[in-house]
Amino acid sequence: MNYVFQFNVVWEHLPELLEGALLTIQLSATAMALGLCVAVVCAYGKSSGPRPVHWLVAAYVELIRNTPFLVQIFIFYFSLPVIGLRLTANTAALVAMTVNLGAYASEIIRAGIEAIPHGQVEAARALGLKRVQIFRFIIIFPAVKTVYPALASQFILLMLSSSVVSTISAVELTAITNSLASTTFRSFEFYFVATGLYLAIALGFRGGLSAIYWAVFQRGRAA
Amino acid sequence: MGRSFGTGEFLFLLKAIPSTLLLSLGALAGGAIVGFFIAILRIAPSRPLRWLATGYIGLFQGTPVLMQLFVTYYGLAVLFNIQVDAWSAVLLAFSLYSGAFLGEIWRGSIEAIPRAQWEAAACLSLSFPKQLWYVILPQAARISIPPTVGFAVQLIKNTSIAAIIGFVELTRAGQLMTNTTFKPMIVYPIVAALYFILCWPLSLLAQTLERRIDAALGLKQHF
Amino acid sequence: MPLLALNSISKQFGAHQALEEVSLAVEPGEVVAIIGRSGSGKSTLLRCINGLERPDSGTIEFDNKALEPTPRRLKALRREIGIVFQSYNLFPHLCVERNITLGPTAAKGIKPAAARELARKVLRMVDLEDKIAAYPQQLSGGQQQRVAIARALAMEPRLVLFDEITAALDPELIGEVIRVLDKLARDGMTMVLVTHEMGFARRSADTIVFMHQGRIWEKGPPAKLFSAPATAELASFIDAILSVDLSARRHVG
Repeated sequence: MNYVFQFNVVWEHLPELLEGALLTIQLSATAMALGLCVAVVCAYGKSSGPRPVHWLVAAYVELIRNTPFLVQIFIFYFSLPVIGLRLTANTAALVAMTVNLGAYASEIIRAGIEAIPHGQVEAARALGLKRVQIFRFIIIFPAVKTVYPALASQFILLMLSSSVVSTISAVELTAITNSLASTTFRSFEFYFVATGLYLAIALGFRGGLSAIYWAVFQRGRAA
Repeated sequence: MGRSFGTGEFLFLLKAIPSTLLLSLGALAGGAIVGFFIAILRIAPSRPLRWLATGYIGLFQGTPVLMQLFVTYYGLAVLFNIQVDAWSAVLLAFSLYSGAFLGEIWRGSIEAIPRAQWEAAACLSLSFPKQLWYVILPQAARISIPPTVGFAVQLIKNTSIAAIIGFVELTRAGQLMTNTTFKPMIVYPIVAALYFILCWPLSLLAQTLERRIDAALGLKQHF
Repeated sequence: MPLLALNSISKQFGAHQALEEVSLAVEPGEVVAIIGRSGSGKSTLLRCINGLERPDSGTIEFDNKALEPTPRRLKALRREIGIVFQSYNLFPHLCVERNITLGPTAAKGIKPAAARELARKVLRMVDLEDKIAAYPQQLSGGQQQRVAIARALAMEPRLVLFDEITAALDPELIGEVIRVLDKLARDGMTMVLVTHEMGFARRSADTIVFMHQGRIWEKGPPAKLFSAPATAELASFIDAILSVDLSARRHVG
């Protein structure tokens, strides 16, 4: 091996890499929040909504889950302008990530909803609660608590897949790493460190999500 | 402006499908070998070996696939002085990636087998390898089929990421077609549809198999 | 010379003392029934005999050889000591014949044809020869348990352990299993059973061992223990068992 590693070059550009990491975190967190809303609505629609809504959501979910994320991004960024909807790269990235997460998360949450013992729903109905109220108070909280690990894993996956939005020139960690690697010709070192940064972000997200679980679901609440 | 999108252009897309499938199959095969060892390491009596396997899985599950591609490609060039062609680099990267996921799936399958089966086999004077071979692995293999098929779908979609480093498979073919026809509103949805045709039947198969195997063995592996 | 000798076996699980200084000797051909309330340590004791549990102190001798927990010695031991579990633990992916021939062929190196003959022989002993090609899921609980007994017998052990083998069965299926146990006892098999089946114990056991709080509280022939329990604990235990609706236990004696 006659290659000389020059990680000091990476060290010099660390601030830019960290800025990229921050952008990745912001992009992912926003997409998580929005995607979760989409997911809850879709889960409700598919499990308790009228038949047409059920099929619409089912089609949405199957479409997203059986096509690559990269192609979904291309459609949002390159195909939509043709019909007049022109999004900036970062906006297209956010929309694509939200739509993607929404599909996967809605299935996960739907599984949690179906795990709620039917007796609880019947009891709520007997008490005269309306459907939306039942969903809001009896169903969604325990459902999310049950499927939280699966949901957390899906969030991490989303954050990792954000690296692909670099192809449409959205600005995040991978895009910044690409440009640094190509200008300094130290590709291996930069990609190696960037990979480490992603790993750190993933671990951080795991910790953060665990903390959220503890704060929301386990502080002496009778769930 | 640009070529019109006709049969010839559609055929160009179709001709890229074998590359996608070949890469997926190759990575699945390579990943199966890696995954088998990872699964065994994960249940090994020695703690360092278990940590090694856990670390490997954590690495590939905690970093973006795109980064894994970059690091593999540049890493091979740098560490082993090999200038690999796109195929080899991509196949290696996806095999290592698949190995991590398959290893985790298969470890889960092995651990889903009740302890009582191990005990019964041991009490028939079978050695540990024979317990594994005659009693545990045949049952674990059956349970592992649905999630393995599910992962195959994930793999097919993830091969699209190889397009980013220029490897010509279905997504890259779509990019090339868009660049010559300037019709992203036609090309990318068609690419998505082609992926859908590849993936959806497999997804349905995985769901059907899960139901059937659950009934036959009375065991279910939850993911 | 006892076939099996347990000397001062003690075992703790965390803070719970499961076994305390338990000593027991089993002669060849003897049928020992271990009875007692749940948590008295019966199953733990049984599982120590073939190495599924490791005692904290004390020694176990089988055939005058001390029991060493090395994989090789355990493997050799388990060729001579068979066990039948409460939940049968048949291998669901194998048919009945293969369940039975797996041990002899893979662990003892017996040729497949001879093993198949052996399978027929032991299935005849448990009255299930016609089910030789069936799969466990196709059998009732009582049939599965009899196959489990046949599987243990196919290894031609010198001692067979039975861990509450009727406890998981529907009442109407218990009789067929008890009949097999009676036959094995008559044929001179050395058996150690943890059981609640008092009828069987009274009828076919040579020695009853009553365990309480991890110790052997009383030990002796069934006639003596059942008709004249020496301790209050055994007396109340017998009372509790026999006060179960007698019509449901028609198969007893």
